[in-house]
Amino acid sequence: MSAPIVVGAGPAGISAALTLVEAGLRPLVIDEAARAGGQIFRRPPPGFVRPPAKLYGADAGAGVRLHKAFDALGDRIDYRPDTLVWSIEPETIHLQGPAGRDRLDRGPLLLATGATDRLLPVEGWTKPGVFSLGGSQVALKAQGCAIGRRVVFCGTGPLLYLVAYQYAKAGAKVAAVLDTSKFADSVRALPLLAADPAKLVRGVYYLAWLRAHGVPIHYGVRPVSVHGEAVTGLTWRDAGRRLNETSCDAVAMGYGLRSETQLADLAGVPFRFDAGRRQYLPETDQDGRSPAAAVYLAGDGAAVRGAAAAETAGRLAALALLADLGHRVDTAERDALRARMNRFERFARGLDVAFPFPVDLLDGAADDTLLCRCEAVTVGTMRHAVADLGAEEVNRAKAFVRPGMGRCQGRMCGLAASELYARLRGLPLDQAGRLRGQAPVKPIPMA
Amino acid sequence: MSPDIVIIGGGLVGSSAALHLARAGRRPLLLEAGRVGGAASGVNFGGVRIQGRALFELPLALRARAIWENLVEIVGTDCEYRRSGHLRLARTPADLAAVAAYADQVRPAGLDLEVIDGTEIRRRHPAFAPGLAGATWSAGDGQANPRLAGPAFARAARAAGAEIRDNTRVLAIEPGARGFTVVTADGQRVAAPQVILSAGAWARDLAATLGDVAPGRAIYPNMVVTEPLAPLLSCSLGTYGGGVYLRQVERGNVVFGMGRGRLAAPDRAVPLADTSIAAMAEAARLLPALAHAHVIRTWTGIEGELADDQPVIGESPGHPGLFHAFGLSGHGFQLAPAIGAVLCELATTGTTSTPIGAFSITRFAVT
Repeated sequence: MSAPIVVGAGPAGISAALTLVEAGLRPLVIDEAARAGGQIFRRPPPGFVRPPAKLYGADAGAGVRLHKAFDALGDRIDYRPDTLVWSIEPETIHLQGPAGRDRLDRGPLLLATGATDRLLPVEGWTKPGVFSLGGSQVALKAQGCAIGRRVVFCGTGPLLYLVAYQYAKAGAKVAAVLDTSKFADSVRALPLLAADPAKLVRGVYYLAWLRAHGVPIHYGVRPVSVHGEAVTGLTWRDAGRRLNETSCDAVAMGYGLRSETQLADLAGVPFRFDAGRRQYLPETDQDGRSPAAAVYLAGDGAAVRGAAAAETAGRLAALALLADLGHRVDTAERDALRARMNRFERFARGLDVAFPFPVDLLDGAADDTLLCRCEAVTVGTMRHAVADLGAEEVNRAKAFVRPGMGRCQGRMCGLAASELYARLRGLPLDQAGRLRGQAPVKPIPMA
Repeated sequence: MSPDIVIIGGGLVGSSAALHLARAGRRPLLLEAGRVGGAASGVNFGGVRIQGRALFELPLALRARAIWENLVEIVGTDCEYRRSGHLRLARTPADLAAVAAYADQVRPAGLDLEVIDGTEIRRRHPAFAPGLAGATWSAGDGQANPRLAGPAFARAARAAGAEIRDNTRVLAIEPGARGFTVVTADGQRVAAPQVILSAGAWARDLAATLGDVAPGRAIYPNMVVTEPLAPLLSCSLGTYGGGVYLRQVERGNVVFGMGRGRLAAPDRAVPLADTSIAAMAEAARLLPALAHAHVIRTWTGIEGELADDQPVIGESPGHPGLFHAFGLSGHGFQLAPAIGAVLCELATTGTTSTPIGAFSITRFAVT
């Protein structure tokens, strides 16, 4: 029996690894980053001195605890940093790491692959100076630098306010926070958000802090275009459809997060459509056990619920893995973890209500707006694929006009392509289809 | 209006047949299990190559070339077809002697090949590593985008009056006194005096139920593509004796194949990492600049291969009115448009101007 393999060393992967070690196993932990922590607790390179409280804000305690616990594992795990799992086959997983390509016999697999920003194209979104919300946060966390001196934060989701707050605290000027959702959406979500009162309070605090510091906050916004050779401003419509312009030298944009699911796809996990998260997600039971033999999922890669939920999910999935290996599992603890996950899920559902996806955003997009950056596929070309070529679903649109066929293989543009496709056909999103994952999940060198 | 001919399988062969039949005034109904042009027709290498084919394939292949050269006229779009030329590489002097002998053989049939040595290959295409013995150059061969070709023929067929139903899998062909009844998985029973069976890897089993047995299997050609690169190679290439085949598309991506993937589930094949790695090494040996490139995707598909590596094309010996066209064995993309034209002739006139006797299923008959 080969050792269990944990893919990803964010909160879910770290927590899973700790649980497996506790049970006397020596798991492999494979992570793309140089240092464990994931995106949320990404660590700066050695020599950087910004303290955790500044890096991670209110979550600093959890971040430091996870870093320390992981570092203390030492050689009780087989740790492979800087390493990409680029393919998963029935008997083997394939790696690309600092020493080149490698292959491992496959043991039980626990995928904790995390999430990236959900992006939507808007005219000018590929200009230098436009970042994803998560990317702008990483710049601050990992490199101690801001994406601009005068930054507009635009989009929706909890990250919008958190990152704006972090930028303001770090000394950047926040030119505006432009939320595509309505204030009433947050109010409607309150009963669900009450599932995690501490987090709710924190969200309210960021908002209040930004207001108290004179940051303009607008709701029901639709971004129209980013202008300038390098960014000089953002044009947007307010809730009353009036055009406004905010000058800035950088824009951070994002519409919540999307799960990274390619490896689950390669591992043969079936997918189901999650209407709230507007994404096809790997199927799992409440503990993270997938229908594919010996494949488990945890954290934002299974369903976006945030870092604290990821830590809980990592332990729960590891316990499921251990139970399946015949280890005795403390059922009382497991039940408590399940109950916590239910609260996290309820809160996450609340965020979907509070920060609804702006489905109409692409309706008025100019034909020459870029949809897929890698292949330079425009919104107009997608319209052509649907109207003239009769693309029957999004994979056919991909086959005909190439969205999602470039370097990122649709990781960045795939959901936007599906949203646009569904909107053009007047179909519910789940009927747009889903871009299938193919190896390699990220580009690998030929030699 | 009821169809007068049912086409089972909407790959490039079936779609081309539907187009030609509709334009000939027939009422074809095309039934496709998935999406038109979505199986082997849509995921193959995209080579539009004649050199290397058996002598008896040449008339059909030359007829196909005439269609590829006139795609805009025929289907309204060029499907990214380019007459880029094709190199058939010879690694050793013995291989070079073999490809040169082939060039002599096919010249009378109308295929003009130029024999060149390794130095000349590198003079024309400096991207090649030294060490090749030589090649034959086929200026009239080319390449096209397989994802576009099948659907383009199907769209043109529909515009010409063909009826196309996708997501319609055929379970059985029942012969009757006045033709055939085609039974689908979703419970349709369609009667027609004539049937074309062009269902790729799925055709062999259907044919066998009618006593038309062609030994073969499914294959899963393993494909790899790089990120877009600066222009490296203007032509398509293959290797004598088997090996890597490769082309650079206009956008800059280098597409290549070698070896086989595997079947992951019924009707779903996936590439194999080890096969891809071997192909990557071979491609980079041939074109050293590729060593610095990244691979962005690998894939495969499901293709029918027959025991002698040649398709079955022609009327069923036991069931007049049933026409077979399957088992294209990994080299059917170039031929497919012409096979559709031939099927149309067979169905409407009972004969064809293109010699196809060598493709008869009777060659497998046990005597």
